[in-house]
Amino acid sequence: MWLNQFLLLGALLFCIGVYGVLARRNGVMVLMSIELLLNAVNLNFIAFGAYHGTPVGQVFALFVIGVAAAEVGVGLAIVLLIYRNRSSIDLESVDLLKG
Amino acid sequence: MTPAVLFASETGAIAAESAGWFLKNAWVFPAIPFVSFLLILFFGKRMPKKGAEVGVAALSLVFVCALAAGAQWVSHVNSETGGHGAEPSADTTHEDDAPSAAAHATVKAEVEPGAEQAEQVHHVVHPVVTEWKSDWWTIGRIDFGIGTFVDGQAVMMLFVVGLISLLVHVFSTDYVAGDIRYTHYFAFLSLFTASMLLLVLANNLVMFITAWELVGVCSFALIGHWWEDQQNSNAALKAFLTNRVGDIGLLIGMIVLFFTAGRGESFNIIDINVAAASGAVSHTALLVASLCLIAAVMSKSGQFILHTWLPDAMAGPTPVSALIHAATMVVAGVFMVARLYPVFFSGLSIAGSPINALAAIGAITTMVGGSLAFVQRDIKKVLAYSTVSQLGYMIMALGVGAWTAAMFHLMTHAFFKACLFLGAGSVSHACNHSFDMKQDMGGLRKYMPRTHVTFLIGTLALSGFPLLSGFWSKDEILAGTGGFGLSEGANGNYHLMLVMGLMTGAMTAAYMTRCYWLTFLGEWRGADSPNAHHGTHGHDDEAVAVTVLAHHDDHAAEHDVAGAHDSHDAHDAHAGLPHESGPRITVPLMVLAALATVASVANIPAAFSFVPASWRLRFEHYIEPKSLYFPKLDHSEFSPVIAIISVVASSIGCALVVLYFRKVQAGDPKATELTNGPVSRGGLPKLAYGVLVNKFYLDWLYTDVIVATVKGPIARGANWFNKCVLDAIVIGAATVSKRIAGFTYAVLDQQVVDGVVNGSGIKAAETGGFLRRMQNGRVQGYAALMFGATAILAGVLVLAI
Repeated sequence: MWLNQFLLLGALLFCIGVYGVLARRNGVMVLMSIELLLNAVNLNFIAFGAYHGTPVGQVFALFVIGVAAAEVGVGLAIVLLIYRNRSSIDLESVDLLKG
Repeated sequence: MTPAVLFASETGAIAAESAGWFLKNAWVFPAIPFVSFLLILFFGKRMPKKGAEVGVAALSLVFVCALAAGAQWVSHVNSETGGHGAEPSADTTHEDDAPSAAAHATVKAEVEPGAEQAEQVHHVVHPVVTEWKSDWWTIGRIDFGIGTFVDGQAVMMLFVVGLISLLVHVFSTDYVAGDIRYTHYFAFLSLFTASMLLLVLANNLVMFITAWELVGVCSFALIGHWWEDQQNSNAALKAFLTNRVGDIGLLIGMIVLFFTAGRGESFNIIDINVAAASGAVSHTALLVASLCLIAAVMSKSGQFILHTWLPDAMAGPTPVSALIHAATMVVAGVFMVARLYPVFFSGLSIAGSPINALAAIGAITTMVGGSLAFVQRDIKKVLAYSTVSQLGYMIMALGVGAWTAAMFHLMTHAFFKACLFLGAGSVSHACNHSFDMKQDMGGLRKYMPRTHVTFLIGTLALSGFPLLSGFWSKDEILAGTGGFGLSEGANGNYHLMLVMGLMTGAMTAAYMTRCYWLTFLGEWRGADSPNAHHGTHGHDDEAVAVTVLAHHDDHAAEHDVAGAHDSHDAHDAHAGLPHESGPRITVPLMVLAALATVASVANIPAAFSFVPASWRLRFEHYIEPKSLYFPKLDHSEFSPVIAIISVVASSIGCALVVLYFRKVQAGDPKATELTNGPVSRGGLPKLAYGVLVNKFYLDWLYTDVIVATVKGPIARGANWFNKCVLDAIVIGAATVSKRIAGFTYAVLDQQVVDGVVNGSGIKAAETGGFLRRMQNGRVQGYAALMFGATAILAGVLVLAI
């Protein structure tokens, strides 16, 4: 019964994160939304780990937190460079991959 | 696989033990002159004697080896036939006459009763067969090994070819001295000899055909030696092409033999002979094979009706004529019949028959050649037709079963005919290189004593003068016919052949008397002679009047060109009276004359009981094969009646000519034989003369009738075929392909292929245009797609599971 509540909370967080990734134009806000996505996933890992009585979920969550820290570091560095080149971090204007 | 092969291998194995070195290594015979050919060809011009010394040395070596081989063969036969070794020292005493010289005899009376069995066992004389298996090439199961096949017949030919070729080489060093192609001349003489020796020693049919063709090529090169004259190169071509006609027969005959007697597996001559002699092969197959091979004999050995090339071959240098007529080339056909004798013996049913194709052709040829020799002005042509006639004798002898007589005549004929030809060369050497007996010769007896004597001996031997070699060999042939029961022990009863042989004997004596008379008796009629009759030119009118078809024949107008025969000879014209030739010319003549005289002792008839038995029938004893590969022949005895009739016939022929020439000398107005003789004949003589001068119209028949009638319709037919069939096919094909091409272009290429290509291009462009809109470069757009797709995938998974 209590597993559902954790999963619902994770899904809600994930949806908020997806909304943030797709809809926000500020690069820093997008990175923060990605953190929300990752943490939603972490919540699921831990909930399932507790549910099954194993520590594996928690180990995964720790890994994800570590990788997420590295990811945010690289992401902020990219955003910083974009800002230096364009004096803006508006993602609408970053369309160099246009085909 | 068969007894035949077993026999061959067994033969080789047994023979190899007792045979001498030269018999087992007979390859040296063709190898020596072939090496000489290469040496002369490549280095001859740098040698002091321009290559002639190599040729003479090589042929001397061949001759010495042939003598050694002869001696070894004699001892081989002695050891195989029971080894009456009492008189071995006599074996080599008469090597000069023949390799078959005296030794002991296999006379039954001398054998003790107890030795009867041994005599039976040793009755077979094994030939010496040496074979190198797989040395040549292999097709399927058929192994074309090369090898040599030495028996008495081959040894005799080695001796004859070696001797004649050596003498011709020596003669040539003087005769063609200074010629522009002196070196090549000697090179080809060597190759010619090598080819003939290869032919003689061949142990399978493929080698035989190869050598046969090589001989033909060499004769072509030598007949056309002075090819600058159109006439000479025509003669060479005629010789070559006429021989090709017969070669078709040779190939077909050999193929038939290969598939019947050789069982489709063997070309080996011994295998084929054993199969033919044992009766294992159907009579029809042998008949077809022998008839085909007769065609080859007709062309190669100058038999009627393909003999026409032989007289024209006189265009070559005289020593070459001697070589061709005595030892090589023309005797190849006779040799082939003798080599494959079981095929002919069984195929033509020679035994006990009154007539067969081979004997008939031979008999007709003797008479044709003999009659044509009467009307020739050219001394070489007299001799050429004489050769045709004598070859006819040999073929006739083979046709009636007198194998030994044919081979014996081949040998004696080689001696006296080479002597006569070289004598004619010597005569022409003295007479401004003319061969015209009527215009440039006469009375040479006084000027050329040595040539005269040797020529006379040759003439007498050829005419069958008693006790000279030609008498014995011809008599054996006549006795071998067995006609009218005049001789005993013959294989058949060929009455007609006997009659024709005797008539030809009379004709031979007559035309040789005429030839001798015109050349050596009377007064010299040469250019510088006080007796020259050139002012009258009676013969020109005569020739024009009678030779209505002269233009059909390159050589009919020989009086115009006779002087040009050897005109390439770089000798200065011999001004003044004729003179005797040098020793290099006269010594060969004397050797040959001596052999023509004494060769008769090689085969003394068995009936001559006053001669020791060990001297009788030596030739038959050593030369005739006594083995499974040879049919069992009967041997006719010497017949005094036939000998007397033959001598009488010859004497009558001779006497008639002498009488006629007495009339000529007396200035009879009807005599036509001299240059200033009357120009017209009447009635039958004119008719006969016309027929003979035109050579029975055979050349006219071949050139104007056969070739002309065939080539006209063929040309028209070919033209029609070309226009109506070939052109129609070509044009039709072109039209069809043009239409197909048009359809292909318009429909296939423009619409289908281009449509596919262009269509795919357009579609790709459209798809790309649609897809590129998604590539807008916005990361969030991509992310939205990714999330959307993931959501759909997740939905699908959830619903599916």
